Amino acid sequence: MTYTPKGSAPPSAPPASPGASPSVPPQATPASRSPLSPAAPDGGPPRRTAFAEGLDQLRAAATTEPGRLRVIGAVLALLVVAFGSVTAWQMNDRATAADDVLTSSQPLSSAAAGVYSSLADANTAASSGFLAGGQETPESRARYEREIGEAADGLATAAAASEPGSESEQRVAELNALLPKYKGLIERARANNRLGYPLGGAYLRYANSIMQDQMLPKAQKIYDNENRRLRDDYSDATSYPWAAIALGVVALGALAWAQRRNYLHTNRVLNHGLVAATAASTIVLLWLVAGHTLARSHLNDSYDHGVRSLTVLNDARIASLKARGNENLTLISRGAETLEIKKDVSVDKFDHRFGQEMKALASQLATAGKLADDDKGAQPVKSALANMQAWQDRHRSARTADEEGKYQCALDQVIGGKATPDCRAGDKPTGECFDKVDENLNTALGHEKREFEQAARGGLDAMTGLPVGAAVLAVLAAAGAVLGIGRRLSEYR
Amino acid sequence: MEAVRRLRAGLRGWGGVGAMAVVCALTVIFALVLPLSGTRGGGPAGTGGQGVAHGEQARADDDCETRNDPQNRSLRPSSNESGTAIKRIKDNGFITIGVDQNSYRWGYRDPNNTDGKAELEGFDIDIAHRIAEEILDDPTKVRFRAIPTNQRIKAIQDGQVDMVVRTMTISCTRMDEVAFSQPYFKTGQQVLAPKSSTIEGYDKTLAGKKICSASGSTARDTLEADQKSGKLVASADITSVNPPNQLDCLVRLQLGEVDAVVTDGALAASQAAQDPTVKLVGAPFTTEYYGVAMNRDAKDLVRRVNQVLEDYLKDGWQKSYDDWLSATLGDDSTGSRPPADQKYRD
Repeated sequence: MTYTPKGSAPPSAPPASPGASPSVPPQATPASRSPLSPAAPDGGPPRRTAFAEGLDQLRAAATTEPGRLRVIGAVLALLVVAFGSVTAWQMNDRATAADDVLTSSQPLSSAAAGVYSSLADANTAASSGFLAGGQETPESRARYEREIGEAADGLATAAAASEPGSESEQRVAELNALLPKYKGLIERARANNRLGYPLGGAYLRYANSIMQDQMLPKAQKIYDNENRRLRDDYSDATSYPWAAIALGVVALGALAWAQRRNYLHTNRVLNHGLVAATAASTIVLLWLVAGHTLARSHLNDSYDHGVRSLTVLNDARIASLKARGNENLTLISRGAETLEIKKDVSVDKFDHRFGQEMKALASQLATAGKLADDDKGAQPVKSALANMQAWQDRHRSARTADEEGKYQCALDQVIGGKATPDCRAGDKPTGECFDKVDENLNTALGHEKREFEQAARGGLDAMTGLPVGAAVLAVLAAAGAVLGIGRRLSEYR
Repeated sequence: MEAVRRLRAGLRGWGGVGAMAVVCALTVIFALVLPLSGTRGGGPAGTGGQGVAHGEQARADDDCETRNDPQNRSLRPSSNESGTAIKRIKDNGFITIGVDQNSYRWGYRDPNNTDGKAELEGFDIDIAHRIAEEILDDPTKVRFRAIPTNQRIKAIQDGQVDMVVRTMTISCTRMDEVAFSQPYFKTGQQVLAPKSSTIEGYDKTLAGKKICSASGSTARDTLEADQKSGKLVASADITSVNPPNQLDCLVRLQLGEVDAVVTDGALAASQAAQDPTVKLVGAPFTTEYYGVAMNRDAKDLVRRVNQVLEDYLKDGWQKSYDDWLSATLGDDSTGSRPPADQKYRD
């Protein structure tokens, strides 16, 4: 241990590399050493960190059986507690997401769909009332007012639910500005219609174009955003808690290894503490896997049979509302607007749109029929389909009358009137069919909403208690592990 | 047909020179007349150029374009009812007439008509009834068919209707596709503005104003051509509001989205009839004639309808004018009546 404190080069320096690093000064020069470790000149070892010392102690202890047992106990307790807390944390996330699906994002998605359909419904009611002219029925007026009110309510809900600065918030604000403008145009249309001026029809077409081209697309955007949020919540709630499951397997493996080691060392088959820890951990793991699988299946069920059905039925309802609105507008616009569907072929814009919406309605009803998983859900969809077909037949008859110049007859076949020798189908209006389609769709929507809530609630219930239970059991398991190891340790004292 | 061919052949020689002389004479007349209505010097030349441009599109009737007299190219009236077209109508027992349902005072339906029959009424409808009355001895033997503006020609060509009475302007281009009767109404593009507006007509008072015209309408084309030629002030905004129907322009005017509307004087009058706070300002700045359109092959029907119109102009026309149009076009109907010395192609 003696070496020269002063000296340009230690004599023992290997001569093999004299010029390898001439610029690097010798590692220990007295000038740099002395302030750092003044004790060095007396020959003592350099000071080491607490961690390094602890590690050394541990290494030293691990060579003895009690030391090894202590380490094993600590690792087991750590693994079990980690398993429990990760389980609690991950399942809490999933339960929160499932709760959001049930109580927040699905209701908000429904509310957004409600805004859309209320707006479309109000637009349709306005055109129906307009067709009746000065003889507008109180029902049609009340329906228009009710739907406008519901749209405004729905917008308030959507505004409260949207995050500040988000796209939804902006769309809600724009819709809030457009709604009174739309309503003003409808009132002007009514006033002019009452005076008998065709100008009323022009106002109604303008109001309709604001609804179709500006308001409904914005409402659609809000609906899409809410649906995205719903899908996100669903995928959060149903994603597998892999971290918890992996930790559970590792913890159980470690417990099994510890018990085997115990058996090999002592020939004792059972260590009560370790057995208790294993049992508790197994329960947590089984609960975790079974509970989540069950919740997942309920939630998937609620998505497939609830949310998807609800979306399709909402779309179908909106298509039927739009079709009805366009049917009315065909009679109101009386050929004022045409659409060139291909070169040199122009058709009435609103009659063309009616055809498109009916096609959409037919395909959505077909999808809804396939998605309906029980008779109670399938029945109203089937009725709606039958009513839709009757609607199309009556519509054709009304169109024929209009094209033959029998306007009054066409009008009677759309909004209802009397059967006369001139107009035999005058008392069979398409309005009846539309009302029945709407009624059936509402029944189906109510049914699917209940189905959704039941399934989603089932999913949420399957996860109830899991986070807390996992935490408690993990603490018990950790205690068991520590006690079991402690019992072995005590044999060495 | 032989006569027409000979006429065309002749036009290629001395007739062509004569036609050019007529155009020159017309140009001089335009130049003398137009400045009176407050137009700039660029106007007449622009109008002449426009005529030539159209002539290229409708080669079949160059002569019509150069003379610019489509209203004088119908067939001579006759009461003869032995032709095939009239025979078919008589066999049917009714006549199918394409009309408008949206032109207040011309062809429209009163939604408040409570006796269960929302009947069409208006100036065009009166003519339709009169035609049915003379041909079938019963004014009610007519089936009205509402047709959109851009379906008028197709409806005639496809035989969906026997004729169209729907504020349809007689034009050389359309003559290639349908046959027109003699004119039954004289009108022209006109400006409609709020009574309180500073706009005084089709002149510099339109500077900086937003003008509404229906997309694809004659009014829209005229405005664009006039702005190019300098007849219309460049600062007038004619492109930002072009709704599908002329009536939509009144909506935009009432909402304050535009300052003025340009459309046929007759339709502008129908708009003014629906809003007492707007009025027609200035004189019409083009001349157009409305006629009854029929199939090109139904020559017998054209002659018969011309006979009806000739009788109608003497007796009936004035009453219908007083009923529907005098309130907005004024009691004096001379500006709306087609010229008394009606000319025919043969």
